[in-house]
Amino acid sequence: MILPTLFLAAGGPLSGWFAKLHETFIVNERYKMMIEGFRNTIIITLGALVIGVTIGMLIAVVKYLAEDVPGLKPLAYVCDLYVKVIRGIPMVVLLLIFFYIIFSHAKNGIPVAIVAFGINSGAYMAELIRSGINAVDAGQMEAGRSLGMSRLQAMRVVVFPQAVRYILPAIGNELIALLKETSVAGYVAVVDVTRAGNLIRNNSYDAVNPLMLVALIYLVLVLLLTWLLGKLERRLSTGDKR
Amino acid sequence: MISVKNLQKNFGGVEVLKGINTEIDKGDVICVIGPSGSGKSTFLRCLNMLERPSGGQIIFEGDDLTDKKIDLDLHRQKMGMVFQQFNLFPHMTVMKNLTVAPMLLKKVPEEKARAKALELLGKVGLADRADSFPNQLSGGQKQRVAIVRALCMEPDVMLFDEPTSALDPEMVGEVLDVMKKLASDGMTMVVVTHEMGFAREVANRILFLEDGVILEEGTPDHIFNHPENERLRSFLAKVL
Ligand SMILES: Nc1ncnc2c1ncn2[C@@H]1O[C@H](COP(=O)(O)OP(=O)(O)O)[C@@H](O)[C@H]1O
Ligand SMILES: [Mg+2]
Repeated sequence: MILPTLFLAAGGPLSGWFAKLHETFIVNERYKMMIEGFRNTIIITLGALVIGVTIGMLIAVVKYLAEDVPGLKPLAYVCDLYVKVIRGIPMVVLLLIFFYIIFSHAKNGIPVAIVAFGINSGAYMAELIRSGINAVDAGQMEAGRSLGMSRLQAMRVVVFPQAVRYILPAIGNELIALLKETSVAGYVAVVDVTRAGNLIRNNSYDAVNPLMLVALIYLVLVLLLTWLLGKLERRLSTGDKR
Repeated sequence: MISVKNLQKNFGGVEVLKGINTEIDKGDVICVIGPSGSGKSTFLRCLNMLERPSGGQIIFEGDDLTDKKIDLDLHRQKMGMVFQQFNLFPHMTVMKNLTVAPMLLKKVPEEKARAKALELLGKVGLADRADSFPNQLSGGQKQRVAIVRALCMEPDVMLFDEPTSALDPEMVGEVLDVMKKLASDGMTMVVVTHEMGFAREVANRILFLEDGVILEEGTPDHIFNHPENERLRSFLAKVL
């Protein structure tokens, strides 16, 4: 409140804009919607990330073990089907199916959104975890097996710790994509950042500032994640020179 | 100790091993020689079932490894393998490379596993490298560590697939010396190699493999001084 008042008193070209910001966000406490939206966007993104990584790991391991264990072939086939189906359906459509068909009695869209985004993300995670595992030299698995390790033991002790270096950066990229993808959560009545901006636009008759703020929030979050990811990748590659 | 009975292996319709029969007894040091592509590695990898044979049997200490019901992992603990490319675990120290399998699979207490590893490292002259990572070692040192890694499981037989072929010439000797010592300690060994000097000096039997079959086998004296098969003669003429 003090800051805009200061600028109003100072006059100049900015003062008009600050008056507008005040009217758009402060009047009727509309900024609170944006805070709620921000919270929900973060919750949905992180929740979906956890589900996605879990599903992805399970699928990757099942498909890896199935190469050697004939009994797992049917399960691996189901995994393949899941990945194909999910990748072929637009996220919004998936979200609507989850909200209006599968969980049609849900009152709160947030858990539904978390599950839907998580299941969607799992299909992509599975592929990138698999390619991380495949990037490790096949001789490593053979060396583990030749010592008497089972396929699962060699995976856990020998192969996976080496695959992490390829997998973590890829998961980071998937997280960035996921964050932006959650902007369709408003389709199932969830107030995320995008929906909050749109609601404020609708209530305040100011289109420019709410939407610019929404864009800025995503941009800053993505830049932040990109920066963290860069640091992580540098750490992982210096680990290489041991 | 190992009986190989009519061992066959196809890769996608291509016959690589065409019925191999041989006996490996306790204390044997058997060298497998032959031109590249003749199936030597495939033969060796079938012995511990890293490759699944298409036909025939591998009887190891009385158990048929090709039997679907057999616990292969348990049998592999008793068959050490040394690879051309070392295949050390790059994310672990030398010590961890040596202790991980005994601790995980045989539940050896860490202290005991480390003591054993250190003792064996000393025997190959690498006691001071226990805390190094594999990338900090020379090729010859890596291969000596790889041999020790297999020995830490206290195997009954050691399989070597061209253990010196990826090494710079000046490092071949240090690895062969370790293998010679191992042989004189009575270890049963099957060694695929192009080192004819080693085969002549250390082996008690040599198998000449070509085109997926054993064309000739016998003592070093027989193979090197009185070869019968024409193709063995021309092979020796090229490599000696
Ligand atoms: N995994 C595999 N898939 C297809 N062909 C293979 C595979 N491994 C080996 N071969 C083929 O089998 C033959 C014998 O190979 P190998 O046992 O490696 O011979 P050597 O060790 O005597 O050089 C070669 O023609 C090789 O191309
Ligand atoms: Mg070979």
